[in-house]
Amino acid sequence: MKFASSRRRFLLAGATAGGLLLGYGLFKPRDLLGTGNVFPVSGDEVALNAWLKIDNDGILTVAVPRAEMGQGVYTALPMLVAEELDIAWENVRVEQAPIASVYGNIVTLVDSSLFDTHDHGWLAGGMRWTLARSARALAVQVTGGSSSVRDAWLPMRTAGATARDMLIRAAAVRLDVAPEALSARDGMVVDSESGRSLAYGTIAAEAALLPPATQVTLRPSASYRHLGKPRPRLDIPAKTNGSAEFGIDIHDENMLFAAIRHAPVLGGQIGDVDLAAIEARSGVVKALRMDDAVVAIGKTWWHAENSLRQTQIEFIDGPYASASSASMAAACAKALDANDGFGHENKGDALAQLGAADVIRADYQVPLLAHACLEPMNCTVRIDAGGAEIWCGNQAPDILRKLAADHLGIDAENVVFHSPLLGGGFGRRAEPDAMMRALKIAATLRGQTVKLVYSREEDIQHDMYRPAVASRFAARLDANGRISAWHNHIASPSVTQAVVGRMFPSLPLGGPDKTNAEGAAFLPYDVPHRRVEHTPVPSPVPVGFWRSVGHSYNAFFSECFIDELATACATDPIEFRLRHLQERPRERQVLTLARNLSDWSAPLAENRARGVALHESYGSIVAQVAEISLVDGRIKIHRVVCVIDCGQVVNPDIVIAQMESGIVYGLTAALYGDVKVADGRIQQWNFPDYRMLSMDEMPVIQTHVVESGAAPGGAGEPGTPPIAPAVANALANLQGVRQRRLPLKSESHKLT
Amino acid sequence: MIITFQVNGERHELDVDADMPVLWVLRDVLGLTGTKFGCGVAACGACTVHVDGRAVRTCLLPVSAVAGTSITTIEGLDPEHAHPLQKAWVEHQVPQCGYCQSGMIMAAAALLREHPQPSDDEIDRNMTNICRCGTYQRVRLAIHTAARDAS
Repeated sequence: MKFASSRRRFLLAGATAGGLLLGYGLFKPRDLLGTGNVFPVSGDEVALNAWLKIDNDGILTVAVPRAEMGQGVYTALPMLVAEELDIAWENVRVEQAPIASVYGNIVTLVDSSLFDTHDHGWLAGGMRWTLARSARALAVQVTGGSSSVRDAWLPMRTAGATARDMLIRAAAVRLDVAPEALSARDGMVVDSESGRSLAYGTIAAEAALLPPATQVTLRPSASYRHLGKPRPRLDIPAKTNGSAEFGIDIHDENMLFAAIRHAPVLGGQIGDVDLAAIEARSGVVKALRMDDAVVAIGKTWWHAENSLRQTQIEFIDGPYASASSASMAAACAKALDANDGFGHENKGDALAQLGAADVIRADYQVPLLAHACLEPMNCTVRIDAGGAEIWCGNQAPDILRKLAADHLGIDAENVVFHSPLLGGGFGRRAEPDAMMRALKIAATLRGQTVKLVYSREEDIQHDMYRPAVASRFAARLDANGRISAWHNHIASPSVTQAVVGRMFPSLPLGGPDKTNAEGAAFLPYDVPHRRVEHTPVPSPVPVGFWRSVGHSYNAFFSECFIDELATACATDPIEFRLRHLQERPRERQVLTLARNLSDWSAPLAENRARGVALHESYGSIVAQVAEISLVDGRIKIHRVVCVIDCGQVVNPDIVIAQMESGIVYGLTAALYGDVKVADGRIQQWNFPDYRMLSMDEMPVIQTHVVESGAAPGGAGEPGTPPIAPAVANALANLQGVRQRRLPLKSESHKLT
Repeated sequence: MIITFQVNGERHELDVDADMPVLWVLRDVLGLTGTKFGCGVAACGACTVHVDGRAVRTCLLPVSAVAGTSITTIEGLDPEHAHPLQKAWVEHQVPQCGYCQSGMIMAAAALLREHPQPSDDEIDRNMTNICRCGTYQRVRLAIHTAARDAS
């Protein structure tokens, strides 16, 4: 056990440092299929491998090892298996997979490579190969980086095809014919010669005894039955009648409920608090004091929370008591002035090209953002002599279970870990904070199930925030209106180091973090001299993954600056982009479609304007055109045309829904999102002062999905990055003034 | 304090603190977890139920205020879970994470009772629930579909 865990740390250290060249030949390739005994069965179910089981009635149940947080994995991943088994959609069910190494996510780790994703040279390829091998050994079961379909694309189709082959061979024995004479069709193995058929449910038990083939043929795309079709989501019916069970809904009659009050100053501690007074309040069972938090446990959550609200707690300021938004912005500005960042992209000699006159310069900024999942952070724990049982909506079950086991000093096998539905994730639920608190609380009431729920205020005030970031540009245009040199310097805290540090506390971290420059380095625009560098900035505020991570701000910076350059040479912004995309047919197609579908050249009413942005993230290319106006002094988004090329599409309706979702998430940040810090405290509390987009502000979103047939790309995040620059560009077109900081203001004359 | 009221047609007589919000009586006392906690300040609407047929946010509403009333939660909106809105929600594939949708559907059901054929403006004015996944476009479509199907 010890060896395994230190090996994981070692490998992860290499991977997050950009992937040291280790791992060659050290590990066997992951067995993609696993064995049936990994996937628990009940009743007459038979598991044919780790990914699927079939019952006597022919119902297919698929193991999904990723978190369903709204992005549709409980539907898209079962479709991959159902496709290969040729089974009717109404006979498909989904179950959360257990924790097992076969379910590890390889794509997220390969994505951490510092190389351009379009670089197919030996060094970049070797790095990806090494990272993939390392990922197989690590077997981290994370949901993030819009990776679920990309990661499952091969193994889950292979699992379905291998099961199909086993069913055919079992039927061949039963029917006494050669397997080649049989085919699998609509939940049955069919002998077309004799007309005989056997339903999957009647031969699954015999099939499970056969050795799986080492090579199987996947169905050709031309005959897809499910893939590319808008199959209805398996999780939706339960989400319309109250029966869907989120982490916060775990309930039993004897459970207790915990509320928490963290020290409000970052890094602060608890001073005087009268625990006896809390325990004397109605319905309160127990009060606890931790170093940096006070907890009340009650017979309902309201009793616990109410007792904290009525209690005076003395807080001791920590080392960050003077931190403020201004001090954090100053730290970023200082880092930019130092001009010694890590070069994520170095092409030609941009700095030499930008020494002369005629350089166009601009500085951009974004503020801190909270995730504000609608389901507040929560975790339910029971600790007893045999171990612990944990219920926690999460994006990293094996990492959380390991942290819990280490904390309790027991083997991970003695921690029963449940992953219910997530009421929003967005990166926030990769964090262990709520679970660690719940473990400490439950440890004081052994044998008792306790559910910890953060109030909305605690959820917003004690997030792991999208960092505040500054970005500086310098560029030159040649006489033909082409960018001849481009220099972009970004200053921000390193998000990956922060997150990995919390997941693997004893891991020594260092080295460049790709997410800092993702969406800034390796832009598709053809520029002969380009340097993109990043300087890490220490942060008093804990930072974390926030939907689309580095892309969420770098797309705003670079796609706005591109528009500034287009304006500088008096060129239409789409025309200007296309001029630099001669070698990028997919980007050209996406952008051209967005131009056509948005009626880009059609005249607009007075007080209306359009803006465009193009951005690639997680293997998908998205262009958006926003049409806006100012209504009663507010920015009104009327329409967004969104075009996505995510390669092979698994479920187009889910892709469309994720574009709508990503746009609303990004639009909320572009118009309102602004977490401020003063005197070491987060200044926002709840939805009234951390505003969300609402129904009356919802633009009409028209999404077009390009069927490019390329390798599958992600869908959960790529809709978010382009919307802020599209709206900012529209606003600059409307007002004639460029805003370089989010959130956008409607009154441009008040800008400074 | 003993308070009597109905939930989804069932009579309850509970000894609870008079100022305890209805949301927590439903969730933590009765175990009806379909009604959600989102903000605690009646800003997001995740806790919306019907009190005597009217949409009410329950995270601040003291239980003493519902004595003698009849409450309907998402679990009791339709005995077969086949309310026109529930069917339209499936037809338009509205939910994503789904956490806000109980409150969203309860708010929409009350809207349709008051405005059987709501205009977009009426939807905007009445549907003030927060959806962090951004399902608003589909919510609007589904309300129009349910209105059409119910008429």
